[in-house]
Amino acid sequence: MSETIITIEELTKIYDDKPAVDRLSLSINKGEVFGLLGPNGAGKSTTIFMLLGLIEPTSGSLQVCGINSTNNPIEVKKLVGYLPDDLGFYQNMSGLENLIYTASLNSIPRKEAETRARRLLEQVGLENAMDKKVGKYSRGMKQRLGLADVLIKEPEIIILDEPTLGIDPKGVQELLKLIKKLNKENNITVLLSSHHLHQVQQICDRVGIFVDGQLLAQGNVEDLAHQLFGEQSYVISVEVKPLHEGLLHELQNIFGVKSIKRVNDSSIDIYCNKEITPEISETIVEQHASLYSINNKSYGLDEIYHLYFEGREIDETTTIP
Amino acid sequence: MRQLPFLKKKEELEEQVRSNNGVFSVIVRKEFTDFIKSWRIIILLVIIALTCLGSLYTAFTTIKDAISQSEDATGIAKDSYLFLKLFTTSDGTLPPFITFVSFLGPLLGIALGFDAINSERNKGTLTRLMAQPVPRDYVINAKFVAALLVSTILFFSLGLLVMSLGILLIGIPPTLEEFLRVLCFLVLCIAYIAFWLNLGILFSVRFKQAATSALSSIAVWIFFSLFYNMIIDFIGKSYVNPESISSTEEMINKQETILNLLRLSPNYLFSESTSTLLSPSVRTLGPLTMEQTVGAIAGPLPFGQSLLLIWPRLTGLIAATLICFAVSYVLFMRQEIRTN
Repeated sequence: MSETIITIEELTKIYDDKPAVDRLSLSINKGEVFGLLGPNGAGKSTTIFMLLGLIEPTSGSLQVCGINSTNNPIEVKKLVGYLPDDLGFYQNMSGLENLIYTASLNSIPRKEAETRARRLLEQVGLENAMDKKVGKYSRGMKQRLGLADVLIKEPEIIILDEPTLGIDPKGVQELLKLIKKLNKENNITVLLSSHHLHQVQQICDRVGIFVDGQLLAQGNVEDLAHQLFGEQSYVISVEVKPLHEGLLHELQNIFGVKSIKRVNDSSIDIYCNKEITPEISETIVEQHASLYSINNKSYGLDEIYHLYFEGREIDETTTIP
Repeated sequence: MRQLPFLKKKEELEEQVRSNNGVFSVIVRKEFTDFIKSWRIIILLVIIALTCLGSLYTAFTTIKDAISQSEDATGIAKDSYLFLKLFTTSDGTLPPFITFVSFLGPLLGIALGFDAINSERNKGTLTRLMAQPVPRDYVINAKFVAALLVSTILFFSLGLLVMSLGILLIGIPPTLEEFLRVLCFLVLCIAYIAFWLNLGILFSVRFKQAATSALSSIAVWIFFSLFYNMIIDFIGKSYVNPESISSTEEMINKQETILNLLRLSPNYLFSESTSTLLSPSVRTLGPLTMEQTVGAIAGPLPFGQSLLLIWPRLTGLIAATLICFAVSYVLFMRQEIRTN
């Protein structure tokens, strides 16, 4: 039902013999919010710059709205709004003037530009500050002005590079709500990059995990857990004394348990493919052992985050001895 | 009727060119407004205007004294290009107009150019600008055009102002030739400023910090206006040593070599050209032997001949300007847009 609006195929960019983006293939559908997640230096910005035709890829191809952005960046930039992470405005011009300047760079007639700018400033909640010099804006205000700036050309796609960077939690919530609203009401495709999984998960239809130039997994959050951890989507950590072989054997026999990993003398991690905490506690009690704690660690975003964003390898944490 | 495909293509192209021109003029307009609103440029403009008026005043008093000394001075004045003296003479308290221009012109050029690209980069506006449907070279071209426009307007208005004040004060209208000479002088000034402007732009592309590029431009300027002559003098003293020279020819050759070395400096080219243009009695810019001057009738050089004399200098100056611009253009086009 959904048509593809951004197609990336085997995209590679090599800087000084080191790949910044390594054979990236990705497609984004019209009208979705796609989150490109990854730690700093993963190649997110490089990918975005290539989408805008500001950097030439070493190999591979890119299509944005059916236009090749390497050969025809101007046409792509007419359809795509881009909010950079280190967003800057002309300090000595007011918010309104900055927007009108951007509009005139997009060949929008002055009168039309002004009405659009006023409407957008109202939409992002800056109607009281539109005549103030941007030099006096706060970081959050600048970010919202940036969003208005992106929207003034009425783009089909907006690309936001770290939109939540440096804004307080309340500001983040408002900004994300605004992005979601734009996506819903104007049917704008949104591609956003972030290293804040928690903030972004609430508005993204799909996310892609991007580490060291490679896309490791993509899909919605449940899909991701599934892709990354296979069937073992649940981990139950148990602290029990005494921990004898018989008990371990019994636990292993519970339906749904895949494997057990001993953490230390008294605690174990039980990997299973469904929620079986009650069965586990029951078994322990039947075996006359004392249960000190039982804790369900379902593999959610936290685990995904720690797994990738702290630079650990997938194999190290999931192999069970 | 079916439209031929190539015709349609052409129309589309024309449409594109028209909209691109619009965008280009938008950037130029914005840069121009930024210039005339910025304190840096306002201060420089005021300094230039004031010093020029000051030097005009001293020139005027000198000339007036000279005129009042004899009765048929007006007649003599016409013959001796008195009007041009407005730009070149002074009573010693303040340097003449041309000295001021050769001193402040580069400063203006540098001030207009030194932070053209790197300030956009540091403020993060370059990425935002490049995310708009604007060809990359428009940014650097528009900045150059806007700065050139500022200096053109400034120097033409200043030059014409000095001329009109001169007419009012001395009461002698300039001849057509004098007028043309002054116009050429103004064009020359602009070419000279354009050189420093482009040097500034080049450094602004090359250096990330505006302060670094400002200091390096000023260093180049000071080098050429102070040290270069000293170095060449130093070399000249040992090279053109009268004891080791046996013939006139050798002497002239060596002198020419030294002159050519001096001409590598844009300052020297400019001062040579201005003195030729504004002092028609200058007949040559190379060394002359006594034989050549014997029998020559002292008289002003016609305008065409003066122009011919400075032509290589003017083209040299413009070539240097273009080289600077070309290098900065290529550097900018190849540079990464991202800031970190």
